[in-house]
Amino acid sequence: MRIVVAMSGGVDSSVAAALLAEQGHDVIGLSMQLYDQSGTQSFGSCCTLDDLHDARRVASARGFPHYIVNFERQFTDTVISNFVSEYTSGRTPIPCAHCNSDLKFATLLDRARGLGSDNLATGHYARVEQAADGRFLLRRSLDPDKDQSYFLFSLTQDQLARAVFPVGTLSKPEVRAEAHRLGLMVADKADSQEICFVPNGDYATFVESRAATVRPGSIVNERGEQLAAHAGVHRFTIGQRKGLGVAAQTPLYVLKIDADSGDVMVGPRSALDRATFTASGVNWISREGSAAWIPATAQIRHRHRPASGRVRALDDGRAEFEFDEPQPAVTPGQAAVFYDDDVVIGGGWID
Amino acid sequence: MFRIYLDHNATTPPSAATVDRMSAVLREEFGNPSSVHHFGQRAKAAMDEARSQVAALLCADPSEIVFTGSGTEGDNIAIRGVAEALEVAGRKHLIASSIEHEAVLNTVKALARRGWRTTLLPVDASGIVSPDDLQKALADDTALVSIMHANNEIGTVQPIAELAKLARERRAIFHTDAVQTAGKIPIDVKALGVDLLSISAHKFYGPKGVGALWIRRGVRLNPALTGGKQERGRRSGTENVAGIVGMGVAAREALAKMAAEQSRLAALRDTLESLILSRVPGTARNGVAEPRVANTTNISFDRVEAESLLIALDLEGIAVSTGSACSSGTLEPSHVLKAMGLPAHRTQNSIRFSLGAANTDADIERVVAVLPGIVEKLRSLTRSPVGSRR
Repeated sequence: MRIVVAMSGGVDSSVAAALLAEQGHDVIGLSMQLYDQSGTQSFGSCCTLDDLHDARRVASARGFPHYIVNFERQFTDTVISNFVSEYTSGRTPIPCAHCNSDLKFATLLDRARGLGSDNLATGHYARVEQAADGRFLLRRSLDPDKDQSYFLFSLTQDQLARAVFPVGTLSKPEVRAEAHRLGLMVADKADSQEICFVPNGDYATFVESRAATVRPGSIVNERGEQLAAHAGVHRFTIGQRKGLGVAAQTPLYVLKIDADSGDVMVGPRSALDRATFTASGVNWISREGSAAWIPATAQIRHRHRPASGRVRALDDGRAEFEFDEPQPAVTPGQAAVFYDDDVVIGGGWID
Repeated sequence: MFRIYLDHNATTPPSAATVDRMSAVLREEFGNPSSVHHFGQRAKAAMDEARSQVAALLCADPSEIVFTGSGTEGDNIAIRGVAEALEVAGRKHLIASSIEHEAVLNTVKALARRGWRTTLLPVDASGIVSPDDLQKALADDTALVSIMHANNEIGTVQPIAELAKLARERRAIFHTDAVQTAGKIPIDVKALGVDLLSISAHKFYGPKGVGALWIRRGVRLNPALTGGKQERGRRSGTENVAGIVGMGVAAREALAKMAAEQSRLAALRDTLESLILSRVPGTARNGVAEPRVANTTNISFDRVEAESLLIALDLEGIAVSTGSACSSGTLEPSHVLKAMGLPAHRTQNSIRFSLGAANTDADIERVVAVLPGIVEKLRSLTRSPVGSRR
């Protein structure tokens, strides 16, 4: 069977591709070039020119074809523009999820289908299974430490039906061991960190270089009293403690960001907790959205231990979640993914 | 898999005679051509023969041929060399066409950043540079005009003799990048009336890593490389003797076969072009049919990303290309088609087919047999404009 593998040049997708090839599939590697590689403007940490060459070398060594596709325009139009507009509207975006559902399992999947591959394989740590009722389920990786189901929650049933995750049943050490067994030159390559197109983690400068306008304003306390001025709401995220430019006897945390007024409200740690939240653009996976409460755990950011509670569907593609115990730093723009054990029930973007 | 190579404007396979002769040179004529002794003399003699053969391809005098490392290097030596030589005379204006190869375009742009005034001449949808536009652009301080002989993407041949005449009237030096015409159409440097002409061996069944720059006697240009004053001081560095000899063999063969081979290729190309245009809906040829090099056709396919079409064809064993590939091997929208004023979708939907010696009627039949199905499949999967989904 012909299958296209999205290859970033990292060890995970390299092993995914090499394993499929070893199993006898007719593998075609595709690597997305996502931003200008001409040298002067290169800013990536993943999918840089070196990474693209690594992918090419893996394909060459394992004897399957590999091509680089230029998605600069699509990446800018979908992922980067959303990233910038979310930050300037006082939210904290999660570009990897958009990239998965709006680019990889959209435009790249279409390319794969054009090349005669009904499916698209990636190096994600997650599992897809078909349930008895025919629905495609998204489950956590068997390596809980590397699990990436959180970033895949927005895949539709049609997208999940075409997703293949060859390393989803492996742990990271197992993936590296496979890479060594297969003789892949990327076997010991470091994992990519941060957001690929902002390798130094300086989101503020990146947003400022791309945004038409930014929203400066005031740091205010819970009573609305101004404590300081700030250079833009995009410089803050909920729960942030450092870089507030405000001196206080007890640590202050960002509680709320209002892009309209420019106010960034700060307060004590205890004021960060939320017992409930809503999410928009909810994608239900393991079942249709239920207006009745159903028990679930919610993961509200990548590095968050899922917290128990209950979820119900609201109108307009939204959902409401109630925690059993209030949780700190529920952050608008981040994904909230609802799980039943290791099965993704669905997820949406926190309001 | 049976593979069909239709990308001869990118490179050609070295001919058997070229490879054989180069192999013999590498083994037996290893001397340094600058050496006084027997070994050096043999290498020098081999190179002299090649110089005559390459000169014959251009109807030039062998003493005016400078061997280079590539077509790009020839373009750089010519443009930078003239620009720097005439800078002292106060001539700091450069003219090129907007459809030049990157070797010329980026060299001119690099000089623009260093203070040279530059003009890029437009082209219309024909892909031909208008002499009127050059006439208007020429100024008293124009040092150099660089306009390619034939375009690498669409194959259109420029009216070099007419353009060069205009430049000469204004005492500007004229350079032409003839990388895509050498071996394909007769070149007579004196009839063209140019001052500098660069070519590359691997485009006419010679080896990679060697090219030549013809420099009309009397043209002053600063050397790009300084050192042992090889190549009459124009290009120092021990010569790539085997490559140069290979280029000579390839030039000799190209000249001998030119008339017959080019009319054969023109017939094949015309068949391919007309069958694609008639059998695949939503296709159009880019640029004029004539004057064009015989082996090239460039066709746009509505609602198909050229990138996908190229990959799909490669998976069927058919090697084609779009415009120029960048360093990572990805495809950029063609600056040539853009300059011709084609709409954005056509600059990203176009495929270049460039034929060569090994191609046969059967190759064309195979391409025309598989292409309609591939195009139809890709069109059926074209997603609505990107960004429409959240």
